Amino acid sequence: MSQTTVVHGEKISLLRVLGPAHIWALGVGIVLVGEYMGWNFAVGKGGAIAALIACWFAGLLYTCVAMIDSEVTSTVAAAGGQYAQAKHIVGPVMAFNVGLYLVFAYTMLEAANAITLGYLVQTVGSMAGFENVHDKPFIVLTIMFLAWLNYRGVYATLTFNLVLTAIAFVAIIILFAWVRPWSTEMLKHSDLLNGLPYGFIGVIASLHFGLWYYLGIEGTCQAAEEVRSPARSLPLGTMSGIITLLLAATMTWYVCTGLMPWEYLGQAITPLFDAARLTDSKLLMVLLFVGTMFSTMASANGCINDASRAWFSMGRDRYLPTWFGAVHPKNRTPFRSIVFLVPVALIFAYFAPLDQVITFSILSGLLGYTYMSFNVIMFRKKWPLDRIKRGYIHPFHPLPALVLLLLCSVTYFAVFLGYGTQLVAMMLFFAVASIWFHFHRYRFVRRGDQFSMQWPRPVGY
Amino acid sequence: MNNFQMLEYAAWGISVLLGLYMLIDLIKTNRAYSEDVLTSSKEGEIEEALVIDPDHQGGHR
Repeated sequence: MSQTTVVHGEKISLLRVLGPAHIWALGVGIVLVGEYMGWNFAVGKGGAIAALIACWFAGLLYTCVAMIDSEVTSTVAAAGGQYAQAKHIVGPVMAFNVGLYLVFAYTMLEAANAITLGYLVQTVGSMAGFENVHDKPFIVLTIMFLAWLNYRGVYATLTFNLVLTAIAFVAIIILFAWVRPWSTEMLKHSDLLNGLPYGFIGVIASLHFGLWYYLGIEGTCQAAEEVRSPARSLPLGTMSGIITLLLAATMTWYVCTGLMPWEYLGQAITPLFDAARLTDSKLLMVLLFVGTMFSTMASANGCINDASRAWFSMGRDRYLPTWFGAVHPKNRTPFRSIVFLVPVALIFAYFAPLDQVITFSILSGLLGYTYMSFNVIMFRKKWPLDRIKRGYIHPFHPLPALVLLLLCSVTYFAVFLGYGTQLVAMMLFFAVASIWFHFHRYRFVRRGDQFSMQWPRPVGY
Repeated sequence: MNNFQMLEYAAWGISVLLGLYMLIDLIKTNRAYSEDVLTSSKEGEIEEALVIDPDHQGGHR
């Protein structure tokens, strides 16, 4: 039966059904693929030791991100995550930019994952002896299937992510235990490690790919409006997520650098799967191949979830056409935003080269982390601890924010070394988008309506 | 046509079906509900009592 008017008080909202495990699955699910592939290009840039330094350096960066994010998001329980935070704390132009960073970072990462999954299926086809095998049908299927899953409901989507991510993580632990890390029987670090072949400039160059170990963990707060107890679940899911990733990253580095020479590891497509092959165990090979496929799929799945929430939130606040701010009355998902972003992901996955897609994703993420550092300083200044109750208070403020800003600056330089043109192009794009928003789009925004949090007046206002 | 090519055609076919499902459902939903209802979600308003269609729990029961 058709319904054409709003009955008294009747509203459609996103569904609050998620728990801390779903938040963990969303954060770790997006990132864990970086352990299965991508991180090892840091080895190619500066050697195995440089990759380890990059792993811990990026680990510190992301621990700051997770701590800062956990505190702020425990008070801003709204879809859109960092976008909603920027709107309340910094201002509209920053919020618009952060919204775009999020959509770009996640949609590009989704496209990169789909390309990888297509490549993996194509490789299996070639290894099975088939001729003229193509990756494109599987790239498209990955995006369409996961978009459909997201369209149908958030609970099923993130439960699916939980299963995929848990299996992929357990696969890494099994591989780690299998190679007996306490002995030198299989792992030959003393023979394979060779210091810093390119010196400290190699360490800086490797930082670009060091981000891969953790890129996307901040996506947990996109689920703020769909989680049952945001003040508790978001910090719990995010902090347990970063701990999981620190463990997974260190185990991955230790196993891979003990089994493969850096010259090979630095350009391997699937390093963990290659490590499993070197153990001569068919069971491990199957397990790590499944882990690679699952982690890639979980990452793409989480990216669709996060990108659509950010786009939806901007539509709801009229930062974009309000058409995007709609919720499906039965599935309770931001259905128009999900469908709108499908062709965007398809175009990038179908036509753009993988390294360019990844670089645009990393750059968008990096811009977002830079914003987080001064966002939390402004948050503490405008709303000190005694003015708003937080679900989590990060320690040593403002040290994490300053460390984050410093680490971001060094990483910009690292990205500039390899992809300077893309960095400049992206900055120009965001500058033009900001001008468009300020002089054209912002007049459509209902200024009072966008601030929904019941916060006290900020200090000094 | 080998088995892998059949798999490729199946992937294309399923992709088209899933795309059509979302597109048709989107059009049907747009027609069945007014724009005011569909865009009535407000940031921070997440109480169950405000929600229509309580039978549908987005995949969660």
